[in-house]
Amino acid sequence: MNEYAGQDPDGATVAGANVGGNSVGIVEKQAFTFAQPPDPMSLESGASIGPVTIAYETCGSLNKEKTNVILVLHALSGDSHMAGFYTPEDAKPGWWDTMVGPGKGIDTDNYYVICTNILGSCMGSTGPASIDPSTGKEYAFRFPMITITDMVTAQKALMDHLGIKKLLSVIGGSVGGMQVLEWCIRYPSMVVSAVPLATTCRHSALAIAFNEVARQSIMADPHWNNGDYYGQKKPDMGLAIARMIGHITYLSDESMRHKFGRKLQNKSALSFEFGAEFQVESYLQYQGKKFIERFDANSFLYITKAADYFDLARGYGKGSLVKAFSRCQAKFMVISYTSDWLYPTYQSKEMVKAMKKNNLDVSFCEIEAQWGHDAFLLPDPRLENLIKGFLRSAVNESVAI
Amino acid sequence: MNPLRYDLKLIASWITPGTKILELGCGEGDLLHWLKREKQVVERGIEIKESKVVRCIERGLSVLHGDINEEIEDFPDNTFDYAICSQTLQQVYEPATLIRAMLRVAKMGVVSFPNFGHMKIRLKLITSGCAPVTEELPYSWHDTPNIRVLSLDDFQHFADQTGFKILKKAAINTQGVQGKIVRVFPNLLATYGIFLIGKQ
Repeated sequence: MNEYAGQDPDGATVAGANVGGNSVGIVEKQAFTFAQPPDPMSLESGASIGPVTIAYETCGSLNKEKTNVILVLHALSGDSHMAGFYTPEDAKPGWWDTMVGPGKGIDTDNYYVICTNILGSCMGSTGPASIDPSTGKEYAFRFPMITITDMVTAQKALMDHLGIKKLLSVIGGSVGGMQVLEWCIRYPSMVVSAVPLATTCRHSALAIAFNEVARQSIMADPHWNNGDYYGQKKPDMGLAIARMIGHITYLSDESMRHKFGRKLQNKSALSFEFGAEFQVESYLQYQGKKFIERFDANSFLYITKAADYFDLARGYGKGSLVKAFSRCQAKFMVISYTSDWLYPTYQSKEMVKAMKKNNLDVSFCEIEAQWGHDAFLLPDPRLENLIKGFLRSAVNESVAI
Repeated sequence: MNPLRYDLKLIASWITPGTKILELGCGEGDLLHWLKREKQVVERGIEIKESKVVRCIERGLSVLHGDINEEIEDFPDNTFDYAICSQTLQQVYEPATLIRAMLRVAKMGVVSFPNFGHMKIRLKLITSGCAPVTEELPYSWHDTPNIRVLSLDDFQHFADQTGFKILKKAAINTQGVQGKIVRVFPNLLATYGIFLIGKQ
């Protein structure tokens, strides 16, 4: 199968990138464990879990006053590896290396940037693939249901542990953007500024529908075995299909037309058989195959469910989004993309409207891009300049206060 | 910092320091940027063109990407001290609705526009018989964004009919950063008019 250059929504690839130049260089994954028995972490569902480990990485240096902290929050299947390399031999840098680094949009010469792996994931933080200390076996489907609220609770515990009391900015796209909004509402006096990118205050029926089809494809895989597949054959086919569905929603009609059109894969004529004949088929199969190598099917189930449950109006405003934002104090910059049909611009405008009604300081820009939901992860000087300028004004205004 | 255009400088001179400003159609944010630095105002802008919005935010301004007629609606009453609409009113489909919205969200409004009553325009129409094309209104009838051509006197009548007060006005002749106030026969000799307006 072909190796495709270009983007991957949770792991942007950069051709020819290497250590040095404007890279943050070598980074190290760290871990923080808390909620040790007998004090487990309480979850939104009423259940509790402990101990909880959160994987995180940092770039740049923390200033003496601890006022230059930026928290980057990743999307569904991302990880704490936002920038740089683990070893000089790494083929690829972190997933947002185009944005985070010396002189870049999030300038590591000025800011101390932290990225944590979300609760429920499988990239170092506690999730369904982690060992349940009470049984000595993987949690699997005995892992409690988690929400965006719980992810933020765990991130807050890490900030407390690091002694960080102010976040100059909280930045994230997609499911990361949901965490950004959650942070601003839960810890209003801690967040100076926030950048929710290509995100929403609640999933539309369309978004839930796609997630449900993806989940059903995993759970219909005979190897899923009610979640108990660790140490044996995994539900690879189900997870690969789930990823393929996801990928369709990350692109757009226009980007697929540009990228693939009706081009055939390695052939010039139709072969009238059920192989991957069209390039778009081959691309999706490749994405599915790549995904099963790095992601856990149960994590996918839990995190998509958390995203579907997310509803700021329900959670914090008794159904009113305006009320939900009434406690916020942060300065906002909301960004949407013209071709994003997963979280369309009208959803960003809804949150902007609620912010305006609360007299919050909000900027909004709908960026013209053909790449669909994926666009926020692609190198784009417009987004880089927007973030750079916005952060500078957040610094100036926080000094003035 | 680049010097401000003359008409913007005049508007800026009317603004009380430390106030809260909304600018409709703020472009690249020249006026807001100047007011923020020199008069410590709290600024908000609305701009429809993406590249200009990006420029504003890069400069550290708080700006919303969108249509002024729609975006102004979400602000609560009396959020601002001034709502400024500089050289945009002539492009608005429902000017009365917009001005009412400006005076709802702000205590006062500032409106400026090119004067269609200027001598040059009158002469052009009489001598050529064609829709006038001037420096201030440089478009042909078929490709102009300026769908509402009005004179300084028209605005005065409009204020009486619509029910808002003109608190202060300036008729000017200007080119870039240069300009002067026109005191004699302003409706005939001024290229632009600037009005400070308030509720009746």
